[in-house]
Amino acid sequence: MPTITFIHPDNRRQRVEAEIGDSAMRTALAHGIDEIVAECGGNAVCATCHVYVDEAWLPKLAPVAADEDDLLDGTASERLPNSRLSCQIKITPALDGLVLRLPERQT
Amino acid sequence: MSAAADGGSSSTIPRLGIDPFALDFFDDPYPTHQELREAGPVVYLDKWNVYGVARYAEVHAVLNDPMTFCSSRGAGLSDFAKETPWRPPSLILEADPPAHTRTRAVLSKVLSPAVMKQIKDRFVAAAAAKVDELLGRRHFDAIPDLAEAYPLSVFPDAMGLRQEGREHLLPYAGVVFNAFGPPNELRQTAIERSMPHQAYVAEQCQRDSLSPGGFGACIHAFAKNGEITDAEAPLLVRSLLSAGLDTTVNGIAAAIYCLARYPEQMARLRDDPSLARNAFEEAVRFESPVQTFFRTTTRDVEISGNRIGEGEKVLMFLAAANRDPRRWTDPDRYDITRKISGHVGFGSGIHMCVGQLVARLEGEAVLTAFARKVGSVAISGPVKRRYNNTLRGLESLPITLTPA
Repeated sequence: MPTITFIHPDNRRQRVEAEIGDSAMRTALAHGIDEIVAECGGNAVCATCHVYVDEAWLPKLAPVAADEDDLLDGTASERLPNSRLSCQIKITPALDGLVLRLPERQT
Repeated sequence: MSAAADGGSSSTIPRLGIDPFALDFFDDPYPTHQELREAGPVVYLDKWNVYGVARYAEVHAVLNDPMTFCSSRGAGLSDFAKETPWRPPSLILEADPPAHTRTRAVLSKVLSPAVMKQIKDRFVAAAAAKVDELLGRRHFDAIPDLAEAYPLSVFPDAMGLRQEGREHLLPYAGVVFNAFGPPNELRQTAIERSMPHQAYVAEQCQRDSLSPGGFGACIHAFAKNGEITDAEAPLLVRSLLSAGLDTTVNGIAAAIYCLARYPEQMARLRDDPSLARNAFEEAVRFESPVQTFFRTTTRDVEISGNRIGEGEKVLMFLAAANRDPRRWTDPDRYDITRKISGHVGFGSGIHMCVGQLVARLEGEAVLTAFARKVGSVAISGPVKRRYNNTLRGLESLPITLTPA
């Protein structure tokens, strides 16, 4: 099972196991990571599952789609070049070890 | 209830005599919701000749398979393949991909998180002023004076509507949501009386009626750059006028009604105003202002082992799914700290409410003002329900506020 490391805003690192085919958002919710709010439940409407992707992992993710790009313009914490919506990151074996930093705010 | 064959196609699907559009059902739907969930993953309702799903898993599955369970034959009981719709169909709610994809993208941009940031301060200030005014009065009716008055003070302006005629907005929405139901008295009466409201809305949807900078003008701007046609723009404005006001009225009413009934939750909100947004969201789960929607099958399909033929209407009980104990711990408890992601109060999938961010902005604004300024909320008169085939809400909710 791939593992994902979430880094909380206080720099605490939390390593969790992820199901292949799940989204990073769902993985976070399943492990009680409260910084992921996911108000819309993964339907790409709300931008409240924002994460900063560790630079080393960015090239391994599918590119940002147009709707995700629009949503990222409205994140509560500042959009950075490595900003993604975790509902749009699908877990594959190649993402074993993925590191995601959690923003201060989602709403 | 009896298990019976239905043309040989659904031998194990329980048939129920329930009418989920009857007034006595609306008075207390919860025992019947439970009966619907417990009867099976799929039921058949003889009263209206439709299939029904009331458990979370099946409601979620139907919502997320829009090509099998289509919307282009209507999101109400009426099958547009067999009956003429009461109004020209919606280009977004009553459409399937690929047509839906284009119109949805436009409304998503008009109501995006980035746009919400621009309007937020205005919406928050208006909510604070409204709650201040009501605290001055102490006793008032939370439906007209708050749940309706607040959205009416912000949403029509955000749309860019002119002042005259706004009194048609809520009645028009009432017709729209009654019309999803079966041909009962609620639906027939609503449609019979709808002409003046329809005429008003049709006029406001035109480009020249909408002031610059509003959501309506924004939609028309997408016609200019070619993403939609000039003929489509007014109908997309109509979608926001249909679904953008009455829904938030009932959402805010639901939240106030919850906080008035569960003072311990009001106390938690006062202790931590940052819970306001979740308190609103939980009220949307708990009361489910939009109770139901229909889909139509485009092929023979199995749901949890039950076969349904092509061209059948399937009624999704969103409200019952939102209280399904298979999905929710202690579902009949209003808990403002609940982890609520995944509820279907705004639907799910490609048709999930495109205006949900406006709803949350309004709900959060009102409840934040409550959290900061109000000490307690008490029901101080008879609570009266408002009947609608789709919307769950109140006609009257007399309350008394004490200041913090």
